[in-house]
Amino acid sequence: MTTQTVRLSHGSGKGLQELLSTIIIPALIPGGAGVLEDAFVFDIPGRRLAFTTDSFVVSPLEFPGGNIGTLAACGTINDLSMMGARPMLLSVSLILEEGFAFEKLTRILTSLSEICTQMGIRIACGDTKVVDKGKADGLFINTSGIGIVTVGISLSAAYAKPGDAVIVSGGIGLHGVTILAQRENLHFASAAESDCAPLWPLAKAVLDAVPHTRVMRDATRGGLASVLHEIATDSKVSIVLMESEIPVPQVVKGACSFLGMDPLHIANEGRFAIIVPPEWADKAVAALRSFAIAKDACVIGQVVEKDRFPVLLKTSIGGTRPVEMPPGELLPRIC
Amino acid sequence: MAFVNFSDDTTARLLLDKIHTAARSLDQVRLMEVCGTHTMEIGKLGLRSLLPKNIALLSGPGCPVCVTPGSYIDAAADLALSYGARIVTYGDLMRVPGIHTSLDEAKSKGANIDIVTSPLIALDIAKAHADQQVVFLTVGFETTTPASAKAIVNAANERLQNLSFFVSHKIIPPALEILIADKQLGISGFLLPGHVSAIIGQMPYQFLADQGFPAAITGFEALDIFSGILFVTEMLRHKKAAIVNAYTRIAKPQGNQRAQEFVYQVFRVADVLWRGIGILPQSGLVTTDEYGFFDATKRFNIPHLDDTEMPEACKCGDVLKGRIRPVDCPLFGEACTPSSPVGPCMVSSEGSCAAYYKYGA
Amino acid sequence: MCLAVPGKVITITGDIATVEMLGNITTADVSLLEDVRVGDYVMVHVGFAIQKYDEAEAKITLELLKDLAEAVENDGIR
Repeated sequence: MTTQTVRLSHGSGKGLQELLSTIIIPALIPGGAGVLEDAFVFDIPGRRLAFTTDSFVVSPLEFPGGNIGTLAACGTINDLSMMGARPMLLSVSLILEEGFAFEKLTRILTSLSEICTQMGIRIACGDTKVVDKGKADGLFINTSGIGIVTVGISLSAAYAKPGDAVIVSGGIGLHGVTILAQRENLHFASAAESDCAPLWPLAKAVLDAVPHTRVMRDATRGGLASVLHEIATDSKVSIVLMESEIPVPQVVKGACSFLGMDPLHIANEGRFAIIVPPEWADKAVAALRSFAIAKDACVIGQVVEKDRFPVLLKTSIGGTRPVEMPPGELLPRIC
Repeated sequence: MAFVNFSDDTTARLLLDKIHTAARSLDQVRLMEVCGTHTMEIGKLGLRSLLPKNIALLSGPGCPVCVTPGSYIDAAADLALSYGARIVTYGDLMRVPGIHTSLDEAKSKGANIDIVTSPLIALDIAKAHADQQVVFLTVGFETTTPASAKAIVNAANERLQNLSFFVSHKIIPPALEILIADKQLGISGFLLPGHVSAIIGQMPYQFLADQGFPAAITGFEALDIFSGILFVTEMLRHKKAAIVNAYTRIAKPQGNQRAQEFVYQVFRVADVLWRGIGILPQSGLVTTDEYGFFDATKRFNIPHLDDTEMPEACKCGDVLKGRIRPVDCPLFGEACTPSSPVGPCMVSSEGSCAAYYKYGA
Repeated sequence: MCLAVPGKVITITGDIATVEMLGNITTADVSLLEDVRVGDYVMVHVGFAIQKYDEAEAKITLELLKDLAEAVENDGIR
């Protein structure tokens, strides 16, 4: 590592990978952690469980399509869902900044609670702390969750095989564009709304239709490019995407042109990538399309033998080029 | 009214065939583009994997961030950390390594840095922080200079007291002159930057044709880039040298006169330092005396920028001149990567080395 | 150095237009151009309209490129 202090770029993408591999994992798990999945799966007599945690530091706290509460609920629900685990219990820990309005807090927590009720999840425990003004950007939330893995289901970022089909559950980039549009200094407003949504019903439908699904990963911070890179690395394969097949909503295309960013790098909060054996691709897509939020689900590429680059894109004019891991922090360009 | 689509795949592939046909009767063709956005778009399209083997697409010093002196970055960081000024900048500059530091590093040490998409936002920031000195990092080529000029005029009209502009604007034709003078580079022709041309028009490039170098003013969608390459290749085949405008929907022969007038109301041309290349005569802009109050170098007594040194072993200078490809630099991909860059060509999102790293050779 | 985005002018107040780009809205200073009207299409770079989009010229160019692409032989440049 060339720096000695934490940078904003360590918050996602390549920067986060570096921080994890050089500082955090060696300190927490001296023997190494192996493949990092969305949730930790373990067995107790008669049951396979999954356990995960996620922290939320978004600003602004409320935005079109959601708020930090809905993000906090969906984030953990989705991490469990990606391992084939039905979410059962959630913990909610709050760090509140002095001066935070009760009305806003109630609104945010009610949204979080509503998602849990919808999904049949119990908020089992929590914690609350208050810090001085200026120390918490309004509100930070951590949620942890436990789920029960469906019997017979085994998913991992290390299971993708050459020949497998790569599917995305819908149009990408909506959450990230929504948040970027809230930043005053970027000076643009957008019709985009966050795609934040709980994915368990979709994950379950895919697994019911295709029990041999290899990998499911939600494409949050760092976008679709990040998760596909992780899968390619963990599975020791490469992934080739077809540019013309990747669903990108017009509003995301417009915002990315304006900012000079790549839709593949933009965060989502209600989209996931699914990798299945090729003969099951149609079944998986059909299962997804029965849900309104996945009406644009489609096959976007294929897993191939490990190549020089982990993720490649066949452009619509027939060229081939690598898809890079996003930098830790997305910056707008003028050039 | 509607935007016409210049990305049709079928037409693109047919134009590509024509490029292949044209190239068959030529030896080695070395085309240079001098626009960071061209470098990026060519990379994004995966174009190099489709061109005939005897057409090489070189990236020249078209990345304004790459040619901004390292001492400029250091001075900007210093203004924020030592003086306490609020720095306002485009995102492109954040990760560029200066000589000793970067804006990203300065931010992690507590510098107030705002990232914006327009110089006009710097005026809003100055008004919102009336108790702080606000400095706008004023960089870019001719596409961007009119915006800077107008922002300075607005600042003057509004009598803003706490805003100044740290100017490092460059202009492209002097760089083209040294590129064609360097016989070792062996450039056959140029793809000229479409949006720079929207401002300056066609005339400033005429000297290229006069000296035997065909060039096409080229836009940024797939068909634009293919047609630019095709026109230059065809001119080479017919041994003709002219300036062809392949981007007439945006770039007019006379450019944008009004924009140019604004520029020369506020700025005058001067000899300036290009990182990795040296001082080029009449190649950059400084504020006129009338707008001296808004010149950050005067307001903060910033010493003259004088770095000509790249970090040791860094070959950005040669890459910027198209002398070597990024992959030929000994540091490429090993000691120098986008997450730990040595020179600016790797960190700037449109730097040749970053584009090569991202998109492959 | 040329990242400019096409957009449609929705309103104009003094020097400032609101411009729509595929469902996103920004403002652009139009004082670098003469006679910009609501409904015009412009290229926006760093918050300024730097040139108007010439639709007629765009169509001509596209036709030319299609003809060139479909021609049986390389006809050379015009």
